[in-house]
This record gives sequence, C-alpha cells and structure tokens, in this order.
Amino acid sequence: MGTSRHSSSVVGLTLRRRRILWAYAFLAVPLLFFVAIRIWPMLQAFQLSVTRWHVDPAQRVFVGFHHFQQMWGDAKFLQALRNTALYAAIGVPAQVFLGLGIALLLNNIRRLRGLFRAIYFAPYVTPAVAVAWAWSYMLSPHLGVVNTLLGYVGIPPQPFLTSPTQALPTVAAVVVWQFVGFHVVIFLVALNSIPREIYEAARVDGASGWSLFRRITFPLLNPSLVLSVIMATASPSIGILQLFTQVMNLRMYDPGGPLGSTSTVVLYMYQMAFRRFDFGYAAAIIVVLFAIILTISLLQLRVLRRRFEY
Amino acid sequence: MRRRVSPVQVLSYLVLTAGAVIMIFPFVWMLLTSLKPLPEIYSLSWLPRQPTLQNYVTILFRYQFGRWFLNSLLVGAATTLSMVVFSSLTGYTLTKLDFPGKGFVFVLILATLFVPTEMLVLPWYASSVRYGWVDTYWGIMFPGMIHAFGVFLMRQFFQSLPNDLLDAARVDGLSELGVFWRVALPLMRSPLAALAILAFLGNWNAFIWPLIVTNRSEVFTLPVGLAMFSGEAGAQWNLITAGATLSVFPVLLVFAIFQRHIIESVASSGVKG
Repeated sequence: MGTSRHSSSVVGLTLRRRRILWAYAFLAVPLLFFVAIRIWPMLQAFQLSVTRWHVDPAQRVFVGFHHFQQMWGDAKFLQALRNTALYAAIGVPAQVFLGLGIALLLNNIRRLRGLFRAIYFAPYVTPAVAVAWAWSYMLSPHLGVVNTLLGYVGIPPQPFLTSPTQALPTVAAVVVWQFVGFHVVIFLVALNSIPREIYEAARVDGASGWSLFRRITFPLLNPSLVLSVIMATASPSIGILQLFTQVMNLRMYDPGGPLGSTSTVVLYMYQMAFRRFDFGYAAAIIVVLFAIILTISLLQLRVLRRRFEY
Repeated sequence: MRRRVSPVQVLSYLVLTAGAVIMIFPFVWMLLTSLKPLPEIYSLSWLPRQPTLQNYVTILFRYQFGRWFLNSLLVGAATTLSMVVFSSLTGYTLTKLDFPGKGFVFVLILATLFVPTEMLVLPWYASSVRYGWVDTYWGIMFPGMIHAFGVFLMRQFFQSLPNDLLDAARVDGLSELGVFWRVALPLMRSPLAALAILAFLGNWNAFIWPLIVTNRSEVFTLPVGLAMFSGEAGAQWNLITAGATLSVFPVLLVFAIFQRHIIESVASSGVKG
C-alpha cells in the first residue's frame, strides 16, 4: 500500500513536470517573437527618443530630454498635434454615431439585413491605400465625380483636398467611410444580445418608442459604446490618433498639405525620420503620441463607464 | 400570416439603401475608370464608351504590378502561416496547460496589444539596418510573424473546448503535442480559417512598415507599389484605378465568400477585447 501510493505520487509529479515542460516548449518560439518583435523594440523606442541619431544607428549620442523640449517650439509639430486632435474630434463621434444609427436601422429590418451588413463592412477590409487613391480621384476638383454630382444639384465645384480649410474634414470623411462598418458590427452584436423580454416588459409598463430607446437600449449599449469610442480613437488597427495611410495617399504629391493642414503626428514622425533622417527626434514624437494615446484610452474608459452607470 | 411593412421599416430601407450606395460607389467607380482609355478621363464619361483592358496590360507588363502582387501574396502567405501556427499554440497553452509563470506570460502578451505599430517602426528599422534586412522579404514580414490579436482570438475559442476530451486523449497515450495537433487543432477548423483570413488581409493591406523597409521596387508590396506608382503617374487615373482595382478586388472576392466568418470573428474579437 505505502509503496504504491508513493510510486503513484511520483508518477503524478513527473506527469505534471512533463506537462510544464511541454507548455514551455510550446511557448518558446512565440514568446521569443513577442519579446523580439514587440516588447524589446518598445523599450528601444524610449531609448531612441533620448539620443541623436542620423542614418547610422551605431553612432548615437545621448541628448537627454532635448527632443521633448524641441517639440514645444516646433510649430509644424504643434500643427500636426492640433490636426490629430481635430481628426479625432470629427472622426470619432461621426464613426460612433453613424455606426449606431446604421445598426439601429438594420435592427428594424428583417430582409437583406445580412447583405446590408456586408456592404457597410466591406470598406473596412479593403486596402486603405487603394481606396484612398480612388477617393483622391473622385474628389479631384476638375476630374472628380463628386463635383460632377454636386453640379447636378446646383452646388458649385468644391476644392476639397486642395483647400487648407476643406482638406482635413475631407480626409476625416474618407476615414469615417472606411471604418464605420466596424462600429455597425459592434453595435449589431450588442443589440442582438438584448433580451426581447425586457422590451416586452417595458411595453406592458407603457413605455414606447423614444423612451424605450433612452431607458433600455441606450444604457444596455453602454459597454459597446465605450468599446466603439476607444477603438475609433486609439485601437492599433483603426485608431484615428495614428492616422497615416489615408493622409499620405490622399495627397501623395504633398503629404500633410496644403500648408500642413492635413498633417498628423504619425505623418510628421515619418517625415522627420525618413525625409530629414532625424531619427531621435522622430522617436521622441512617437513616444509623446504613445503617452497621449494611453492617457486618452484610460480617461475614456473611466468617464464613459461612469456616465451611463445605472 | 399577413406580411406587414411599417412606415418605419420603409424609411429604414430607404436610408440604408442610400448609405449602401455611398459605400459601394467608390469600388464601382474604380472598376469603371480602370476600363476607360485615358481621353475618357478628361471627357468625364460615366460608363466607359470604349471599354478596354489595356490599362491592366500596361500596369502588369510595362510597370511592375505583377511582381508587387506576387510579393504581397508571398509575404501574406508566410506571415499568415506563422500567425496561425503560433497563435493557436500560444492560445492553447494559455487555456489548457498549467505552468508556473502563466499569469506573467499572459500579461506580457496582453501588454503588446496596447503598443501601436507606429511606435515600433523606428526600432524595427534600426534593427533592419543593422542586420541587413532592408529591401528583403524577411524585413517586410518579420513584424507580422505574431500578434496578440491572434493569440486572444484562439484563446477564446479554445476556452470552449472541453478538458475531458483532452484528458481522454492523454489516457489513450497521446503526448501533449499529439493532443494539441491531433485532437484540439482539428476541432478549431473554422476559427483557424477566420484567423488565417484576417491575418492575410491585415498583411495584404499593411502600408507603413513595408513603405519604410523597402526602397527597391523589386521588393515592394502591392500597397507600396501602388502608392509609389500613383504618386508619379500624374493624372493617369485610368492606370491608377487599374492598380487600385487589382489590390481591392481579390480582397472583395475573399470577403464575399467568407463575409459571415470574417464579420463574426472581427465582432467577437472586438467585443471580447
């Protein structure tokens, strides 16, 4: 008896040990990739931001917080920062509310719902470079079809991307067009998860239409609203604070123009690094953006959670 | 049962249709323009009066769009394979095996979700210069070899897999690798397909990193090639839209076939964070 219990516990131990070893073996390559591709470079970004580095990474000089001081006197950086805030101020509410509106409409209908959902989602999966060029053509002042269409309803041709005042909202509109479908899908999932009984109970209590929406739908959508706002602002895939590809391609001949009116922080970082070869300064710029993104995401999480709590 | 269509529904259909036209129109316009000879760009024709495939012949044979298309396929295939294998391995290990340091590994991977690609491109570029990866396929693809998004997607699906099933396989004498490869993975066909599609699309559409790490046109991916070509093509919108169509329509085709899959996995990964 005693020996058999002893031996079984030894077998149990080795089995556990073996399983642990298997786990480490499974994780070895993926973890190596995570550390080498994501974690180590992140730390390096901080390190780069306090060095001066032109062309040859081996010849770096420590400059402390010099780049961060330089930024506050750099009018073009400040303009890019201001533009980025403007893009977010226009693009995030537009994406979220249009997404919510379309989802609510889709929730009203039964036939063709899947088809509409697919149509609204399609731009999200297509290459941003290609659709940016398509829009760039459609919005061109003389050859563009948008001005042709506006002409039919009596609106004079608009300069769109060539005007310092219209360019930024135009870029924002293209971004909203591309990403709104993502929010539609998020809200549709949330709407479908609200139990029918709640509405029925509320109807029995005499609630209807707008008050149903305000008292039931909207509060229950709160988690999706938080998610949607955070994703639109700062997610790695569609976050408007990291806007680059659309800005670069909508105005390839003069990225960020006219007069810097469409420039963004990431575009400016790219230009500092790969046009001016001032890599240390570029790294400092992106570190600042990272700090901003992190702060805003955390703030949004707190504020939006609190406001709709019941 | 009588079919009733309420006024609210009629209005919903009207608004949704108008919106859908705005969503589709750029793709239609892109395709139509790519079939027009250059003079029709300036005469602002609606439908191509003399439809031609000459624009495609030009971009494929006079320019390097064919090469860029193949580069994008190659880079996409390699990174997708890596993403699928390592994401499922990691997702499985984190849900189905116990080991010291599990919490730490989890947090480590989770943390990488919060770091935007844009923050990493400069360190990646520094390494690529140091190791000679600029203008190589490896240079383009190494950042896409793994992503926390894939790990969390797979983890979520593995959580629904009953442990009893895996234990039964262990009792039958399968090694841990056998349990993963022969029992767990085959049950994950549709999540794996979804992950593969999303990973491939992500790479097919990627722009900032391939733009940075390539200078020679032979190694451009399709988006980088399209951007560079279009930047120099002036107002030859017939050629630019042919290039854009070439990069968009394979995606729309894949999307049309797997749209339910794609939308549902994007939704679930988004909702679950």
